[in-house]
Amino acid sequence: MINISEVIETNKMIEQENLDVRTITMGINLLDCADSDLNRLCENIYRKITSLAKDLVKTGEDISKEYGIPIVNKRISITPISLVGGSACHTPDDYVKIALTLDRCAKELNVNFLGGYSAIVSKGMSRSDELLIRSIPEAMACTERICSSVNVGSTKTGINMDAVRLMGDIILETAEHTKEQDSLGCAKLVVLCNTPDDNPFMAGAFHGVSEEDAIINVGVSGPGVVKYALEQVRGESFEVLCETIKKTAFKITRVGQLVAQEASRRLNVPFGIIDLSLAPTPAVGDSVADILQEIGVERAGAPGTTAALALLNDQVKKGGVMASSYVGGLSGAFIPVSEDQGMIDAVLCGALSIEKLEAMTCVCSVGLDMIAIPGSTPSTTIAGIIADEAAIGMINQKTTAVRIIPVIGKEVGEIIELGGLLGRAPIMPVNTFGCASLVNRTGRIPAPIHSFKN
Amino acid sequence: MNKTIITVVGKDTVGIIAKVCTYLAENNVNILDISQTIVQKYFNMMMIVDISQTTKAFEKMVDELTEIGTSLGVQIKCQREEIFDKMHRI
Repeated sequence: MINISEVIETNKMIEQENLDVRTITMGINLLDCADSDLNRLCENIYRKITSLAKDLVKTGEDISKEYGIPIVNKRISITPISLVGGSACHTPDDYVKIALTLDRCAKELNVNFLGGYSAIVSKGMSRSDELLIRSIPEAMACTERICSSVNVGSTKTGINMDAVRLMGDIILETAEHTKEQDSLGCAKLVVLCNTPDDNPFMAGAFHGVSEEDAIINVGVSGPGVVKYALEQVRGESFEVLCETIKKTAFKITRVGQLVAQEASRRLNVPFGIIDLSLAPTPAVGDSVADILQEIGVERAGAPGTTAALALLNDQVKKGGVMASSYVGGLSGAFIPVSEDQGMIDAVLCGALSIEKLEAMTCVCSVGLDMIAIPGSTPSTTIAGIIADEAAIGMINQKTTAVRIIPVIGKEVGEIIELGGLLGRAPIMPVNTFGCASLVNRTGRIPAPIHSFKN
Repeated sequence: MNKTIITVVGKDTVGIIAKVCTYLAENNVNILDISQTIVQKYFNMMMIVDISQTTKAFEKMVDELTEIGTSLGVQIKCQREEIFDKMHRI
């Protein structure tokens, strides 16, 4: 039988160390909503989402109350809209109309984000993909809860540089469209390489075509719990350090597995995967950077940071995999800047640069995330940053992403407030040497060879 | 059997267990096990109870126990057992 010290340990994790389940995300297939008439398409989408997910938020709240574990977000991911809207949308504005419908669904269901305003263009862009991408700036400006993602490359296909170049422009345009809110639109837009079909985390969540009609995916979190556990083993060997992370990750993930199974049973929707992630929040004590410091670097960004992060990421997976029946999504430590107080502090004191962040993305999920840069950054430079990240993902067979916010009218040193879980971001300097001649080449970077590994 | 864990954390005062037990008896909840300990000067009590005979909705019991806790100046939580079982047992 469960004993009192185990009960105290669990409740302490929840109350003092910010243990929570970060998100229950319901994936919904919208392919059967397709219609050549835009109004009918929107009506189909609205009806399907609001009927399948009508109990999502209530179920999440019930589970949270009965088990005494916070479930921070209830979200929805949908089939990439460029696949659904193809025959009905003839202009970017047509796509914006779908975005407005989706926003209405999200608000009525009271989910905080709905992801899947997306296009998968790893090899080439269809006409509907391009129309959707061109609609993103307006869609992000006139909706509140919609997240958009574009996959521009993969290990199997190489990198679609035409899409990368276009996304450089689109990110700047999105920033311009939302400049009154410190370019907030860009916080809901991510460019990926090797994007997974079952990611429950925003902004990259969408319901892939390899999935069934509806599915429940759960993202766990708990940087605070890992940090606290590591405080108890200061100065110990790597063996002890790694064992501690694994055991903690196991416990965190088991809670996610329980919540996922309960949500799946109550909603009568199959359980998909658990995303094993250390997802920080701006709350003090809920930081991945703090874990890196606890492992032994003075600040995130100091030499040794990449090694510490690689170790952390790997042990989280090793501990978590056994705790869950199915693991998927992004699974790894997230290193967003604006959403992690320890990262913000590291940037402010000069320890952490974009270049070091790029190195860190080679060994963890996901990529350059929630980084504010000057609004005056040229679109070709943004495209260059995307190409670099996509190249890391393509060569290393991992998911990488860029969610970067060029803040219009602001320069290095200023801080923007994005609010809520999105946090606050110091504007970071970007290398001022250009890459226009590279980015302006047309076509794609070929898929890499999978032999001669070096 | 439908096991639930009730925990009480706070400053020790007269009548905490009495009050919680009275509430449970009134609602036909059977107590299977009680243990208590002091952690960092705080009184910690845990009860394992069986709620299969009660007619009260779980959420309502959570709310009412929270209220009793507030009136006694302690924190009372009521959670389904599985969260502890999953976390601490393979």
